Amino acid sequence: MPEGNLCNKKTVDTKEQLQALLADKSGKQYYEEMNHLEVDREALWAAIKKSFKSRMKTWMEVCSHCGLCAESCFYFIANKRDPRQVPSYKIQSTLGELIRRKADVDNEFMQMCMDTAYAKCTCCTRCGVYCPFGIDTGIMFSYLRGLLFSQGFVPWEMKIGTGMHRIYQAQMDITSEDWVDTCEWMAEEYEDDWPGLEIPVDKQNADIMYTVNAREPKHYPEDIAEAAILFHVAGENWTVPSVGWEETSLAMFAGDWAACKMQVESVYAAMDRLKPKRMVVTECGHAYRATVIEGPYWAGIETGKTPVESFHYVEWVAEALRTGKLKIDPSKKIKEPVTYQDSCNYVRNAGLGEVAREIMGYIAEDFREMTPCREHNFCCGGGGGLNGIGRYREQRNVGLTVKRDQILATGAKLVVSPCHNCWDAIRDMEEIYKIGIRWSFLKPLLISMIEVPEHLKPKEE
Amino acid sequence: MYEFVTGPLAWFSFTVFFIGIIVRIVLYIRGLDWKADRVTYRVNVAYGVKGALRSIFFWLFPYGTHSWRNNPWFTFWVFLMHVGLLLTPVFLLGHNVLLRERWGVSLWTLPEGVAEVLSILVIVAAVLLVLRRIALPEVRLITTAYDYLMLAIAVAPFFTGLMAFYRAPDYSFWLVLHIICGEIFLVAIPLTKLSHFILFFLSRAQLGMDYGIKRGGMKGKGLAW
Repeated sequence: MPEGNLCNKKTVDTKEQLQALLADKSGKQYYEEMNHLEVDREALWAAIKKSFKSRMKTWMEVCSHCGLCAESCFYFIANKRDPRQVPSYKIQSTLGELIRRKADVDNEFMQMCMDTAYAKCTCCTRCGVYCPFGIDTGIMFSYLRGLLFSQGFVPWEMKIGTGMHRIYQAQMDITSEDWVDTCEWMAEEYEDDWPGLEIPVDKQNADIMYTVNAREPKHYPEDIAEAAILFHVAGENWTVPSVGWEETSLAMFAGDWAACKMQVESVYAAMDRLKPKRMVVTECGHAYRATVIEGPYWAGIETGKTPVESFHYVEWVAEALRTGKLKIDPSKKIKEPVTYQDSCNYVRNAGLGEVAREIMGYIAEDFREMTPCREHNFCCGGGGGLNGIGRYREQRNVGLTVKRDQILATGAKLVVSPCHNCWDAIRDMEEIYKIGIRWSFLKPLLISMIEVPEHLKPKEE
Repeated sequence: MYEFVTGPLAWFSFTVFFIGIIVRIVLYIRGLDWKADRVTYRVNVAYGVKGALRSIFFWLFPYGTHSWRNNPWFTFWVFLMHVGLLLTPVFLLGHNVLLRERWGVSLWTLPEGVAEVLSILVIVAAVLLVLRRIALPEVRLITTAYDYLMLAIAVAPFFTGLMAFYRAPDYSFWLVLHIICGEIFLVAIPLTKLSHFILFFLSRAQLGMDYGIKRGGMKGKGLAW
């Protein structure tokens, strides 16, 4: 069965494989090889027979083709009501067809499925909320991605991403040493302004084990410093693990379920090792969903819960404000109109809409909701891994227009976005459409607003 | 012929209907997989039940959900059609007379005029839904012949029933045809996508449990459907 050197059914488990993929700029050779990748129909059908069970079978069978899902999909709206963007159509013409044909499909069909599963669905799961039968097309597309991955039909960046997780237990090539060095460096860097600032590594029995997105040590180390400052001011007894610090999962976007399991187990092992009272996850949507919401299932934990109770950063912030651990200086509250971007991965997949409003109540004087919002919010346009995939840049940019118009309608120029993916999408939106907005995580905003107790302020020389 | 369609054929269709529905329920539940579906059906059961009931309840009422409210006319006709489809056959005077003759029992019955209007509205609703399928490009593209067949199977007993009710010429022809159409409908419920008769509840309950247990139901007030 012919397979490419780069594009194949094998998983990426060595640095050599990873280097070869990275050296292929924009995946040129990778996608060329994909055109010749053969479909292992028997294996594909066997996988479907084993995993396609009553929930999805029913979804696929009972769909009345009523079209109520159409307007729930931001792609349908962004693409001027193109009927080919109706969720029902998208899933029936891909996964539905795959099953009707008993996996007797060719390379072209598989590529069409890949293009649909990544560039026409961000797995935001909004359609499931609008279907009378509760058909969640986002979940089915995620399942389809898994089938496609097993056959090697996965976007180049996603293949790299899963390799990173398999090799580094992180979505980027950050080793445990790099991570610990970054923590030490950040603590030193900010120590002068924040006397006594620490980033305790591998401390046993702390109240909080803090975990992050690998982009932070890689590109935005100040984010770690900001988290440290806020924990410091709030007087938290916290720590970061030297191993098992990464929450994200490009493997989830790619449908590499084995890598998903490996990744979350590295975090759960850190919990077992350090025995913290609870875990707090940085401002990232899919990271929280992967490790806290879905992860226990990949790891086979029967309670469906992480070994220690886990919270998203917004939950910690709301609690810190509520209990007075962090106090906002009223004169420093955000005066201008400000809006808030609900991340699909923790609003529709974890119900964290209310805590976000609680936070906004503390920090903003003129908070303006997007319409719709909370569990009914639209995807930022870059979810499901789409932000990172060059092949689908154009489709992504069209998709961004729905969020753009939602933001513009609020009249706010500042968007609070406690999710790396949404944050990126909004940044790109500004770059492309130049609508004059700013965007921010919560951490820098909070630091500019909190009352700092005297004893934590730097001593005047 | 009348004896045959109201005798052995009726027994056959009701058997397929009831056993089919039981089989559907059993197969659905047996095919649930906590790990693959990523929902701990057996843990946090109270949250699961609450989520399931909310998920069914809000959707069971017209305008109970965002989706129903966003599509007011569609919702109006779909509910009207389903009310007619469910109430008329069960509470029709004619059916209950037959029931009393055969088994000596009968249910409360609808006034004949109401049953007549409901039947007409079922047909009108079906016609409007067909027109909607043709008129809206996003619905037209996903519509298949199977969808039209389902509508035809659902409406046929009402059309033929009205013809018999109005004493159309060939009364006995329409009556027998009506009974056959009703029996086709009964058999089709478990065997076709009309199985949403029962799968609606199961599928809604499943997603409701997903939201109730895993996707925030244990933290917030539950999803505002």
